[in-house]
Amino acid sequence: MPPRVNVNKCDGCKAEHEPLCEQVCPGDLMTLHLETKKGYCHSPRDCWDCMSCVKICPQGALETKAPYQLGYYRAKLIPLMGTNKITWTCVDINGKVERFVVRTRNDE
Amino acid sequence: MTEKLPSSVDQVQEVVLDTDLLIIGAGNSGCFAAIEAKKQNPQLRVTLMEKAHIDRSGCLAGGMDAINTYIKKGRTVEQFVRWSRSQAGGIIREDLMTTLAEVLNQPTEEWEKWGLPIDKEEDGDEYHTRGKWDITIKGSEMKVILAEKVREYGCEILNRVVATNFLTDGARVIGAMGFSVRENKFYVVKAKATIVSTGGAAGIYKPYQADSIDSHHQLWYCPFNVGTGYAMGIRAGAEMTTFEMRWCATRTKDFNGPIDTISVGYETPMINAQGEKVLQERYAHLGGESAPRFIRANVPMEEWLAGRGPCYVDTRGMTPEQIKDMKVDYLNERPAFVLFLASRAQDVSQEPIEIYGNDPYIVGGHTASGYWVDVKRSTTMQGLFASGDVAGGAPNKFVGGCAAEGMLAARGAVEYIAKQSAPHVDAQQIAYEKARVFAPAVRQVEDDGVSPREMEERMQRLMDEYAGGIHQFFRMNRQGLEYALKNIRILQDQTKYLVVHNLHELMEAHEVVDRLDVAQVLLHHLLFREETRWPGWQTRTDFPEKNDAKFDCFVNSKRDPATGAVHVFTRPYEQMVPGDRYKP
Repeated sequence: MPPRVNVNKCDGCKAEHEPLCEQVCPGDLMTLHLETKKGYCHSPRDCWDCMSCVKICPQGALETKAPYQLGYYRAKLIPLMGTNKITWTCVDINGKVERFVVRTRNDE
Repeated sequence: MTEKLPSSVDQVQEVVLDTDLLIIGAGNSGCFAAIEAKKQNPQLRVTLMEKAHIDRSGCLAGGMDAINTYIKKGRTVEQFVRWSRSQAGGIIREDLMTTLAEVLNQPTEEWEKWGLPIDKEEDGDEYHTRGKWDITIKGSEMKVILAEKVREYGCEILNRVVATNFLTDGARVIGAMGFSVRENKFYVVKAKATIVSTGGAAGIYKPYQADSIDSHHQLWYCPFNVGTGYAMGIRAGAEMTTFEMRWCATRTKDFNGPIDTISVGYETPMINAQGEKVLQERYAHLGGESAPRFIRANVPMEEWLAGRGPCYVDTRGMTPEQIKDMKVDYLNERPAFVLFLASRAQDVSQEPIEIYGNDPYIVGGHTASGYWVDVKRSTTMQGLFASGDVAGGAPNKFVGGCAAEGMLAARGAVEYIAKQSAPHVDAQQIAYEKARVFAPAVRQVEDDGVSPREMEERMQRLMDEYAGGIHQFFRMNRQGLEYALKNIRILQDQTKYLVVHNLHELMEAHEVVDRLDVAQVLLHHLLFREETRWPGWQTRTDFPEKNDAKFDCFVNSKRDPATGAVHVFTRPYEQMVPGDRYKP
């Protein structure tokens, strides 16, 4: 399931070496495009859809897509990271919305 | 991705580091090993070598929804060993399982103190149980929390460094070598003791979701765990055990997500196409819904073969609250499963979730495949310890057990380090390995050769079709296994034609080299066990029955580093915990 990068939102993390998505991807699949300086997945077939890149992106520029061979166009699952929680918004192919708030860390 | 590959080995920078304890693989087990070593002796230099980034690497990269091994109040170490033994069909190393169970709860409780949310029972402070030994967590960020602690304890972390082989001084392991996937650098890390704690091996078999685009890595197990730790041991001549006990499991079909979350967590029965409660009705004598995991993996395949597929977990009895809770569980471990349901607009209160088997993995955290170790987690090679997925003999460790085993390996290693003098490092060994590692890069200038992906797909097809993959319903026979072995040997020889064009591909090249070495040993193990001991995990159509007279024992192997020949032999099973071995 390849992450799709919204090039209007992605700022390449303005990083000298590598953006956050590239830093965390366990498969070494995300990188900056040499010309556009935006993040992209150089081998979509190899993505594990762990969503580490989606969760860490400060611009909310990444989205995990379901591969069409397995599921239809176009459902969405968008995480919004808070300090101690994630809010997930899920939209199915008919536009039905579900929302989940999940704790990620114990309070200090 | 941007660094240009060297056209000769001389252009590669050599980085030589000295440490006391080198840990290869900074996943769950490796991180707990590092922290424990620092607790034992804060002065000790502890270095972790990690292929990815420690914040998101290994099995926990995406998160977890449960810790499947925790001994709650009122339960005993003996009960835990009995349960694990029955799940593995009666063969486990009871000494390893007992020592592990004695410290099992400690990492989980520490994790909670460090910030990991663990669900509590409604009526008190006890952890909430799912099934017998599972506790449920909100584990989306558990690896990030763990990585923070490793840094706090002052460990040195080498991110994006791929380990390739051990550094040896005669029969003693004195560290490891590897390369960076970010820069043209070759690493030589000298250590007084080494712990190998890399993941198990995915990608040896072809996944059934492998279509031409976007879904090759639709695996349940982390696809970036390729068995490098096993391969390094195989190449060095370490003794390995029980590779033939493969891990095949029932998973959600097409998405390949965990199924215990639904079946154990919400007590949904497994049904076939005719609506029969298969486990309850046909497999009551083997434990029904709590039958051993290999039986549960085999059942949907049997049903398909008998014309009674597809199979499902019947979610239609779940309440709306349970369905919401179940989705939260998935969001913590495999969030994209919730997306998958949405992409089919599937309402699970009306439509049950289809199930199927997964591509087989070699994964010692679940089954007993891995290094043959003693209770201190010392391998058969001096100075080398193993923990987690690569340590054999102790199945059903899962997250909690792999963490606990990391602690045990660290204690063993720290004790060993106290008695060690400085090792002798052989310059020729380093030069040879550096040339081997960068050969696929150097070759790019003169040859079109074979790409890592081509070789990976050839290997996966062979293993799938001739060595009991998912397309053969996990079944195999001698002729097929021999054919696979013959061709794996050809592929091993053809690794001399591998060609890569960037550092990411260089990593892929070594991943396929490593998986071929694991596949070779696996095939020898599968050929040796002329019986069917764990249907689903290990099903021989030419030997369909169990043969206790010959095979109620461990099957072990060693590869000769000089010739590449694999020697297979047995080690006796020893019962320490009394009781019926096939019952929990």
